[in-house]
Parts: sequence; structure tokens; C-alpha cells
Amino acid sequence: MQQIFNFIFKNSYRLLFLLLLIVSLTLTIQSHSYHRSKVISSANFLSGGVYERINNINEYLSLKGQNDELAAENARLKSLLYNQKDTTKIPVDSIKGVDKINLIPSKVIHNSYNVYENYLTINSGSAAGVKADMGVVNSAGIVGIIDKTSKNYATVLSILNVKSQINAKIKKSNHFGSLIWDGKSTGFVQLIDVPRLASVRKGDTIVTGGQSVIFPPNIGIGTINNVYVDNKTNYYTLNIKLFNDMTNLGHVYVIKSKDREELIKLEKKDHE
Amino acid sequence: MNSALLVNIARFILLLAAQILIFNNMRFLGYINPYPYMLFIILYPVNGNKYGLLGASFLLGIILDMFCNSGGVHAAACILLAFYRPYIFKFSFGLSYEYQTVRLNDVLTPERFSFILIAVVLHHFVLFLLEIFKFTFILEILLKTVASSIFTILLCILIIYIIKPGRR
Repeated sequence: MQQIFNFIFKNSYRLLFLLLLIVSLTLTIQSHSYHRSKVISSANFLSGGVYERINNINEYLSLKGQNDELAAENARLKSLLYNQKDTTKIPVDSIKGVDKINLIPSKVIHNSYNVYENYLTINSGSAAGVKADMGVVNSAGIVGIIDKTSKNYATVLSILNVKSQINAKIKKSNHFGSLIWDGKSTGFVQLIDVPRLASVRKGDTIVTGGQSVIFPPNIGIGTINNVYVDNKTNYYTLNIKLFNDMTNLGHVYVIKSKDREELIKLEKKDHE
Repeated sequence: MNSALLVNIARFILLLAAQILIFNNMRFLGYINPYPYMLFIILYPVNGNKYGLLGASFLLGIILDMFCNSGGVHAAACILLAFYRPYIFKFSFGLSYEYQTVRLNDVLTPERFSFILIAVVLHHFVLFLLEIFKFTFILEILLKTVASSIFTILLCILIIYIIKPGRR
């Protein structure tokens, strides 16, 4: 016993170092393995509050651009509304769709895009009904998926994150693929595993596939910029130019689907 | 002794704030970010409490991790640097560094420069290795380490020169 104490006392500095190293490495590995298991995130009172303060100042600088964007979105929505009045036949699905989905307006208070695993911080959290795995969009297209939430803040796994994988399809032909990011350019993402049967052309639009509860179908992502064949899998890999400028984000919407709980419950039952 | 403690606490807060508010938003050429917050570990008194340095480095890293959403990457890099700091001192200033009073915040000499260089490169290499966490990206890791290290070293020397008159 005495010897154990002696050993601990003698090597206390080294042991403290090892302890702290193990703690930080555990946190690192956890953050890389799966996004839900993260312990340290910017969705907390301290960093969320600080980012909100900074954003309040920065907001003034981009006020004009933000206003233009919102005005453009308003105009688009108005034109949709008027067009719908003209047509006598309203598709049943779209009414159901409107009813099923709630949008929670929110604001990006911190944005990162210079590392391989990028996260955004937004200023609405569980108090506003935001939960993990909800989709985040803005007027131009998709932004990411909610990762961690606190009472008033939430972090978003950006589409510019090598861990992100989103179901997407080619608008024209309905061929599905997975949307990933290779970590190289902030303006481009990649759609992989597109079957060779699909007719793809430069300039075609890519939209969300709607095969999960996270995003409803047909939300814009970007246009095809480059097409090449993956030598290993013989599937197409498409380089996609994003509609969104991910380096400059302001107002966003969190998508809250009313079917969410039901679908998650159903899928859980499946696994049991 | 008390004033040294106060100076260190002030340095801790100021460098952390500068890192979060200014340097994290630099993104030079899209991906090069300087990390001069590690100057805290470099400038910590040579014969100061080593447990204090280890604890403070961990705290410094973990707070920055919280703001960067990066798990424990900065914390790991910081405590590794804090732990190996005496060895780097020994390498740069010779064996008897503890008996001479080593002042880092002073005119740049080859010894001081080599110390800062080794410390920054070690910290950045561990940081990017853990941040990217894939050996297939080893070229990117090395590129980022070199590019960011140059940037950080320049900023560190600049900051040392700026705060030097007040310290004397």
C-alpha cells in the first residue's frame, strides 16, 4: 500500500498529464465517431451567449444583403401564392405537405467553414421546439442538420462537414444518391452513388430526396458542375455547385415535421 | 509572485478572447487560421508551478474547443505542449536553462526563435492530426501545419514585441 502511494506521489505530475490527455483524447474520438455523442459543443450558455453578442454587432454590417435576400424570398412566395389562386386544381399532396411541416425561424450566430468538420450555431433551441436531427434550410437551399440543442441555442452539422450524408436526387430523372463533402471547396459538394443509368448533364438541378424525416422532398441544393465515374464502384460521382453561399448565412429555418415522432417510433419498432 | 499570477490570468483571458473574436475569423486563403492563443503556454514563467501550467493549458484548450465545436482537439494539443515544454527549453537554451533566467518576452534571439518554432509546430501538428483524424489526409495535415505555423509564429513574435514595453 505504502509503495502504491509512494508511486502515485512520485509520479503525480506524469499521472495528471496522462489523465488530462486521456480525457481530451476521449472527447476528440467521441466527436469524430458519431455526432450525437458529443459532450463539448457551442450550444451552451457561455459560448452561445458570446456568439450572440458578436453576431448582434456583425449583423449591422450585412443588414442590406439580408434585407435583399428576405425581400427576394417574399417575392417568390407571393408569386407562388398568386399562381396557386389561378389554378383551380390544387394538388392534394401539397396541402397535406403544408399542414405537415412547421418552420421555426432562426438566425445563424456562428458559422465555420474552414475545417473538415464544420458546425454552425443558431439562436433557437429546445425552448422553441428544436430537436436533434431536424433539417435546416434557408431561402436558397439546404444548410445542414441539427446536432446538439440547449435551451436557447443549437448546433447544426453543416453540409460542409465530411461526416454529413444527406439523401438527394436529380430533379429531372428522380435518381437518388448520397450527398457528401470532400472537404476541399466551400462552394461545392459531391453526390455519390448515382447509377450509371441516370442521364446526367451539366447544369441539372439537384434537390433533396425526401427518403428520410429530416428534409421534405424537393428542396434545392445546387446544380451539377462536373460528372465523373468512380473507378472503384462504377457509379457516377457528381460535383455540385451549391445554391447557398455557405460562407455567408443569416436567417435560416428549422424544419419540424409533424410525422417525425410517428416515423421515428415506427422505425424503432422495426429494429426490435 | 502575486503580480505574476495576475499577469498570467490576464494573459489567459485576453489571448482566449482575441483568439475567439479575431483570429478564428481570419481564414486566410480559405483554410489557414493562426492560433496565437498558445502564446500563453509559451510565455508561462519558466519556474512557475508545473501543475498550474498543465491545468491552465487544459482549461484553455477545452474552452476553445467549446467555441470551435471540435471535441477535445485543442485541449490535447495544449497539454502535450505544456508537458513537453521543459524538454523544448532544454533543447533550445541548453541544459542549465533553469538556473539562468530565461526571458521569452524580449528581443528575438536564435534560441528564443527556435523555442517558439518547435513549440508552435508541435502544437499545430497535434492539433491538425487530431482535427482531421485520418491518415489518408496526411499531406493536408502537413500542409496545414506548415502554413498555419508560419502565420502563428509571425503573430506570436508581433504580439511579444507589442507587449514587451509594458512588461519591463
